[in-house]
Parts: sequence; structure tokens; C-alpha cells
Amino acid sequence: MPSPALLSGGLSAAATSVELLVVVGYLLVALLVGLVAYRLTGTDAEDYYLAGRSLGTLVLLFTTFATLLSAFTFFAGPNLAYAQGPEWILVMGTMDGILFAMLWYLIGYKQWLIGQQHGYVTLPEMLGDRFGSTRLRGLVAGVSLFWLFPYVMLQQMGAGEALVGLTDGAVPYWGGAALITVFMILYVGLAGMRGVAWTDTIQGLFMLSVIWIAVAWVLSAVGGPTAVAAGLDANAPTFLALGSSFYTPAYIISTAVVIAFGVTMFPQINQRFFVAESATVLKRSFTLWPVLVLLLFVPAFLLGTWAAGLGISVPEGANVLPVLLGEYTPAWFAALVIAGAMAAMMSSSDSMLLSGSSYFTRDLYRPFVEPAVTADREAWLARGGVVAFATMTFLASLTRPGTLIQVGSTAFGGFAQLALPVMVALYWPKTTRRGMLAGIGASQLLYLSHVFVPAIPVDVGGTTVALFARTYGGWDVALAGMALGAVLTIGVSWATTAGSDEAAERFAVGAD
Amino acid sequence: MDASIRAAGWLLTFVIIVAGAVPWFFWGNSQLIGGLPLWLWWHIGWMVVASAVFAAFTRHGWERYLGGVDA
Repeated sequence: MPSPALLSGGLSAAATSVELLVVVGYLLVALLVGLVAYRLTGTDAEDYYLAGRSLGTLVLLFTTFATLLSAFTFFAGPNLAYAQGPEWILVMGTMDGILFAMLWYLIGYKQWLIGQQHGYVTLPEMLGDRFGSTRLRGLVAGVSLFWLFPYVMLQQMGAGEALVGLTDGAVPYWGGAALITVFMILYVGLAGMRGVAWTDTIQGLFMLSVIWIAVAWVLSAVGGPTAVAAGLDANAPTFLALGSSFYTPAYIISTAVVIAFGVTMFPQINQRFFVAESATVLKRSFTLWPVLVLLLFVPAFLLGTWAAGLGISVPEGANVLPVLLGEYTPAWFAALVIAGAMAAMMSSSDSMLLSGSSYFTRDLYRPFVEPAVTADREAWLARGGVVAFATMTFLASLTRPGTLIQVGSTAFGGFAQLALPVMVALYWPKTTRRGMLAGIGASQLLYLSHVFVPAIPVDVGGTTVALFARTYGGWDVALAGMALGAVLTIGVSWATTAGSDEAAERFAVGAD
Repeated sequence: MDASIRAAGWLLTFVIIVAGAVPWFFWGNSQLIGGLPLWLWWHIGWMVVASAVFAAFTRHGWERYLGGVDA
């Protein structure tokens, strides 16, 4: 079936308005759900940011899951599978289903236990209190907000590109990006964690269903997976064999490790480690995680791969998923999937903005600017901060500094630098404030220099090595930064003694 | 069972779970089953196994290493 958008004139305009109607309508419904949840939300910080620490398994699982429902999963992943083959399923499965689940226990459960005892709301707060250091608290919050910026931007880029693909260019890139920005701001201003968690659950279940319906629809239109495999054999013969010059073992391992550790330090993920109602909720989520990841990633990335076998051509600056759906499913269904993806991205971005605003007000503004700030004023600062942050990421998204994958991996790499110093602090009572500052500071500097300094080719023993390139011999420099952070945190802690205001016993819980 | 042997057992199990998520021994293999690569089926099966192992860990290992709320 030819895409309606390919037909001329009025038909194309009519189809475009149907698609826009579905997208905007869906976003409005999601907003309404947030409003209902808002009416049930209390006004104190614990309720606003942590939903009163009372999230059950289904909601905690899906609200964490929803952070996977980002432009990185729906658009960047299928694009990569379309361009390079389906091995991306392995990268994301290993990182998210396996490594992240283990960190969920090692970092998440440990933080939950500590949070139960001391009532922490954010990671910087927990570290600042343990090490008696406002500077450390501010550093971790600042670093987190810095790397959150490109990841929020990624959602706006994804939405902009999605509407270009869905409407065949009738809605310009900036229009889609602006649309999601407006909804993001409205949404996060109107609901706290409870609103976000509720819609995350609904979005998660919805997207999980429609992505499988999309798979069934495409497969029945083209004659089943065997027919698509034959097309792949003809169009992209290297796709079906495991591994390629792109998917090298170094690439697979670096990407999986960096993203898995990075994810745990995302403000919106890390804050969820404090919100579980009971340990049982954390255990159930941990167990179900690999299967849930499988259910989302396999269909999403297979669709991208199949598009290559079906000879779909993707216009410059668009994403493969909307184009594929536009080709093989009715306009309203394609629009519904894209609307669902955008709503899910909106809801994920809201979690990010919400957690980001708690870092901003509690860990930067209050300790450094105005310690005696009133709760009312703080709430307005949080919302004002969200508007400013989302507006800046929107403006930055207009410059389109890289592909979705590049922008996303850069952000993950930045967060990953925090993970090992935090793990050392969680498990080694002799960790000192100076060790933490050194480990976090140096690893950030190393990684930042490689992100922002242009690569310089230098001659080392007859071979040319690109200094400040993002990879060395195929290995991501983020791994080196992580190792440096761990070594410095341990080494400097070893060489220094803890100050009298450092309270190692704060992290001693349970079986320690 | 000796506590350190038990801990080493869990550690080894988790290392195997991580290492096997990518079927390295199928490198370059392009055999298809039902239109999907064999290596993808391995990964799908492996994730289900991982889920089962995680379930066992929550019953027999979870509190043992980090403690529980009442500890």
C-alpha cells in the first residue's frame, strides 16, 4: 500500500491533518491523566518527588521501564538497526536486561536501604551528607544536570524528526520539537512523581502493545519473517551474520558497559531507587527486568532491521520507524504509534526534568544560594527551572549537533563516570571526601576533554593515534574515564584521612 | 553450604549470565530459524534464563549480602 503522503495535493494534506490530530489528541489525553494524578498529590517534597515512597511493583517497574521509552529506544535504536543490522538488540539487551539489573541490586537496593534509614531524596544529598561536604553535593548535582541536558535535547530531536517522517515533511523539524517541549513543560508543571509514574505505566503498557501490533501488521503485509529475511539477504547480505566491521566485540562491550553504568546515575533512574514501597517491589522488578527489556527491544529493533530488507528509503533527517509504518500500516495507526512514542518520550523527559529540578533546588540552590528558602518559593523555583532548562534544550536541539545515537551515547558516557566512585563510596567505609572529589573531578575532566576537544592525530611509534578521539582502538574513552575515576577514588581515599564530619556509618546497613 | 563457596557460586553465575548474553561462539554465523537469526534466538532464550536466575537470587541471595530492612 503506498503511503497516503505520497499521493498528491489534498489527499496528502488531509492525511497529514489526521496524523497531527491523532498525535495532538493523544498528548492531550496524557496531560489529562497527569492532571488527575496531580489532584491526588500532596504538596511536600517527599510526595512531589518520591510519591511518598509508596510505589508498588507494577508502577515502579513501569516508571523505571518508561525511562527506556525514550527517543533512544524508539528512534535511535531502529535507525541503527536499519543502518548496521540487528546486533543492537544484543547490545541493548546485555546492557539493560542484564548489567543494569545487577546494578539495580548493587547500587539500587543499597541506596534504597540507606534511603529508608536517613530519608534521602537525591543522590547528591546522600553523598553530601555521608561525606559532610556541600562541595561534593554541588559537584554531583552539577555534573548530573550537565549530562541531563543532551539527553532531554535528544527527546526533542527525536520528536522533531518523528513528525517530519510521519507527515513527510509537512510539519517542519522545529515544529515537532516545539510541540513536545510545550507538552513537557505543561506536564511537569502540573504533576509530581505520582502523576509521572501513573502515566508512565499507562504509556509503557500501551507502547508494548502497539509495537507488537506494528510487528504483526508489517509481517502480514510483507509475507512473514522468512520473506523479510530473503529481502535482507538481497539488500543487506551482511546483516544476518552476527558481528560486522561496525559491531565489533570492542564496540558491543564498551557500549553495553558504559550505558548500563550511565543509566544508574541518571537523576530520574537514581531517584527511583529511593521510591520503592518495600524490598519485595525491588526484587520483583529485578526479576522481571530481562523479560520486559526483551519484549520492548526485540520488536522495536527488528522493525528497523526489516525496513532495510524491505528496501525502505528514509529521507534525510527522518527516522526509519515512522517511515516504515507509513508504508505498511494505515495512516491512523502509524500516527498512533508515533503519538504513543512521543507521549512516552514526553513522560520520560518529565521524569528527567522533575528529578533534575529536585537536584537544582535541593542540591544547588538551597545549599549555595539561599539556605532559608521557603517551601513555596522552592516549588516555584523548581518549576521555573524546568521551563528554563526545557527551553534551552529546545534551542540547542535546533542546532542538531549529531545523530540521536551520538547525542545519547555522549550523555550516557558522562553519567557513567559517576557510577564507580559512587559504588566505591557505597561499599568501602574508608572512602574519603577528597577521594570522591578527585575521582569524580578527574574522570569528568578526562571525558569532557574527549567530547569537546577536536581529535588531534599524533604519531606513536610509527602508527597514527587520534588523541582526544572518542574511541581508542575501538574502545570507548568513557571506559578509561570510569577506570580512572575508580582508581583515583580508591587511591586518594587511601592516602588521605577522613575529616571528623565524614560519617561512614551512614552507609552501613543490613548485613555490613 | 560454606558461605564463601555460596558467594563465589553466585558471583560465577552472574559472570556467566553476563558473558553469555552475547553468543560470541556464533560470531559470523548467519543461520536462520523461522526467518530470525539463530544468534537472536539464543539471546532471547538467555534473557529468559537470566530472569529465572534473578528470581532464584531474590529468594536465596538477596538479603544475605546486603541485609534486609529489619536487619
